Amino acid sequence: MLEIEHAQLYFPVRAGVLVDRTVAHVHAVDDVSLQLQEGHTLGIVGESGCGKSTLARCIVRLLEPTSGSVRFRGTDITHLGRKQLEPIRREVQLVFQDPTSSLNPRKRVAQIVGGPMRLHGIEKDRVEPRVRDLLERVGLNPEHINRFPHEFSGGQRQRIGVARALALDPRLIVLDEPVSALDVSIQAQVINLLDDLQDDFGLSYVFIAHDLSVVRHVSDYIAVMYLGKVMELSPAKELYEKPIHPYTEALLGAIPIPDPKENRARERMVIGGEPANPLDPPSGCRFRTRCPRATGVCAEIEPPFAEYAGGHLAACHHPLNVSREEIARATRSPFTPLSAGHAMPDVRQVTGDGAPEAAVAGSGIARSETVASEAPSATEPGQRAPTTDGEAQGS
Amino acid sequence: MAERLLDVESLKVTFATEDGLVHAVDDVSFTLDRGEVLALVGESGSGKSVTVMTLMGLTRSPNARFEGSARLRGEELVTAPDEKLEKIRGREIAMIFQDPISSLSPVMRVGDQIVEQIRAHEKVSKAEAMDRAVNLMERVGIPRARDRARSYPHEFSGGMRQRVMIALALSLSPSVLIADEPTTALDVTIQAQILQEIKDLREQSDSGVIFVTHDLGVVADVADRVLVMYAGRVVEQGTLDEIFYDPQHPYTWGLLGSVTRMDRNPPHRLPAIPGLPPSLLNAPVGCHFRPRCPRAFDRCTEVPLLESRVEGTPEHVDRCWLEVSEKRRRREVEGRIGLAAGTVA
Repeated sequence: MLEIEHAQLYFPVRAGVLVDRTVAHVHAVDDVSLQLQEGHTLGIVGESGCGKSTLARCIVRLLEPTSGSVRFRGTDITHLGRKQLEPIRREVQLVFQDPTSSLNPRKRVAQIVGGPMRLHGIEKDRVEPRVRDLLERVGLNPEHINRFPHEFSGGQRQRIGVARALALDPRLIVLDEPVSALDVSIQAQVINLLDDLQDDFGLSYVFIAHDLSVVRHVSDYIAVMYLGKVMELSPAKELYEKPIHPYTEALLGAIPIPDPKENRARERMVIGGEPANPLDPPSGCRFRTRCPRATGVCAEIEPPFAEYAGGHLAACHHPLNVSREEIARATRSPFTPLSAGHAMPDVRQVTGDGAPEAAVAGSGIARSETVASEAPSATEPGQRAPTTDGEAQGS
Repeated sequence: MAERLLDVESLKVTFATEDGLVHAVDDVSFTLDRGEVLALVGESGSGKSVTVMTLMGLTRSPNARFEGSARLRGEELVTAPDEKLEKIRGREIAMIFQDPISSLSPVMRVGDQIVEQIRAHEKVSKAEAMDRAVNLMERVGIPRARDRARSYPHEFSGGMRQRVMIALALSLSPSVLIADEPTTALDVTIQAQILQEIKDLREQSDSGVIFVTHDLGVVADVADRVLVMYAGRVVEQGTLDEIFYDPQHPYTWGLLGSVTRMDRNPPHRLPAIPGLPPSLLNAPVGCHFRPRCPRAFDRCTEVPLLESRVEGTPEHVDRCWLEVSEKRRRREVEGRIGLAAGTVA
C-alpha cells in the first residue's frame, strides 16, 4: 500500500540583511523508510519536533520531500505535479488534529463533506445522498447536514473530518493526532469508530500520535520517531512488552498508568533534558544527549537499523531487552538511513546484564549551540538507573 | 493532624448569558490539607476550571453570581473585596496555568516577571528579588538560570516555560498551589519531569496542591484524593484508591473504563460512554448524567444527594441513587474497568 524510502524533508531557514540566504536547514524528516500493508494500521509516535506531522504531509503530498521517495500502491508519487496527483488524492486522505481549525467555519457540513466530491466531478444529485450516508456512518445525525461546525462539539467535528476523508472512498487515510484534542470519553468513541470503518471499508491507516496508549489500541505496527529519524519499528504488542530502543523505554516509562497500585510498583525512569535542536542535531545517534546508555561510539557512528527476530527493528548501539543470540543474529535492515554506519550492535560490547561497558553518561557534545535561542538539552542524561536488559517493561 | 488550608462549602457559580443561566459550578464542596494533593477530574464543561479560578477570584465579572463559601485558612474568598484578594493572590494561593505561552507576558523577561510578583507583595530590593527569582528557577530545574532570567517566554521550550510558571507560582511560598492542566500541552517525557517537580514540591514545601486534569494516568501518579466533576456538580469524591478501585458513580467508572492503557493488551472494543456532556444551559432534570447512564431509573429525575453510601468510608461520597451492591454488580458488567477485581469488600 505504502512504501517510503529514505524520505527527507529539510526546511530551509532563511536569514539575511539585504538578501535572504539559506543559513541552515531544519532536519524535519531525515531519511525515514517505512512500509504499510493493505488493511493494516501503522502507528507513528514521537514527541514534538520529531517530524511525524511533516512525514504525514509528505505521504499525502501536501509537502514534497527534498529527497527519497514515497510510493503509493506501486506508483512513485514523490514528485508528481498537481494534475498527476489528482487521481491519487482520491485514494489518500488526511484527518487533521484540531477539529476546530480544520473545518471551514463558514461552510455548512454539506459543503465540507460534499466539497471533495464536487471537486472530483461527481454529479450534484449524487452528492447529497452520499453526504447523508457518510454522516450516518460516522455516527452523526444526517438531519444536521446544513449546520455549521460551531454548532457541533469537538468530538462531532472530528467525526465530520472523518466523514470528509471518507467522501472519495480512499484506500489510505493518514490521521494526524485525530483524538488528542478530545476528551477521554470521546476519544474512546472516535477510536471505536475508526476501528469499525477500517473493517467495513478495508481501509489502511497511518495513525500519528504522541500518546502511546492510544496508539497501542489501534496499530498493527508502530514506528517511534525522534528528531526526524525512526528509532524503533515493531509489531504493536511487542513494542510495549519488549522495547529495544532506550528512547522507547523512556517514553513508556514516562507515561503514568491510570492504576495507582501499578504506578506505585513501577520504577520509573524519568529522563532529563529536552529534544535537541533540529537545526543542528547531535552527531551519530540523535538520542545520545539524553540517553543513559550512551557511549563514545554513539557520538561517532549513527547506529544502523538492526532487524531482530519477529520484524522488530531498532537503531541503537546498545539495545535493551535482547539476548546475545538475538544480537548476533540481527541483520542490517534496508530501512537503515544512508548516513548510518555499518557497525551492528556488538555482542561483546554488551555485558551479561545488558549494561554497556564503560557507559559514559552524557558523553558526546550536545552540538546545539546554534542560531535558535533555544537552550541546549541538559547534559545530565537520566536521573535514575535504567532497567536492565531482559527485564520486560510493563505487565 | 495536618492543617486545613482550604474549606469550600456549597460553592455555586452561575453566569447570566443571553441564552439563559449557566450553572457552571453547582454546589461544590471539598477541603484541602497541608501536604495533600487533591485531583479535580472532569471533562469539558465539568466546571473544574471555573471552580479553581473562582478560588483565585478570576471569575468575577458583571454577569457572574456566587453563592456558598471558600475559606482559605479561615479567610473567606468568595465575598472578599478585590483589594483583599489581590493581597492573597500569589502570596497565599497561586496558580499554574495550562498554557504558559498565553499566561506569561510576552514582552517581559521572565526574571522580571517573577521579580514583579515578589515586589508586589514584599518590600525587597530589585537585586534581592532577582536573586530569589534565579534561585527559584534553579529549583525547578532551569539550567543556567542567571542567564535565562533575561530571556523572554518565547525563547523557551514548552517544558521550560511551564517550569517558569511553576517558579512564578512558588515565588511567595503559597500554602495552596493550583495546577490547572499543567502538563496537557507538554510532551510525555517532559510531563514526567514536571510531575516529578510537583511531587518534590509537595515534600519540600508542605503546601497543598489542587491538580486539575482530565488525565487519569496523571491522577494515579500524583493524587492523594480525587474529586470527580460532571456538568457542574461533584459526582464522586474519595481517596485515590477508593476512586480507582471502588468507583461508585457510573460516570467515574465509565471514565476509568474508556481510558486506554498501554500496559495491557487492548480490549477488542474500548468501553466508551455514549453521547455527550449536557449543555449547561439546558441541563437534564435531576441527575445530570441520566441521559448517558446505562442504569438510570425513575428516581434519577430527582437530584441525587451527595452522600457516603459505602459502609466504613464516610469520606467516600457519590451522587448516585443506586444501591452499593447494585453499583458494584453493574460496574463489572458495564464499566469493565478491569481494576476492581478482588478488591470489593
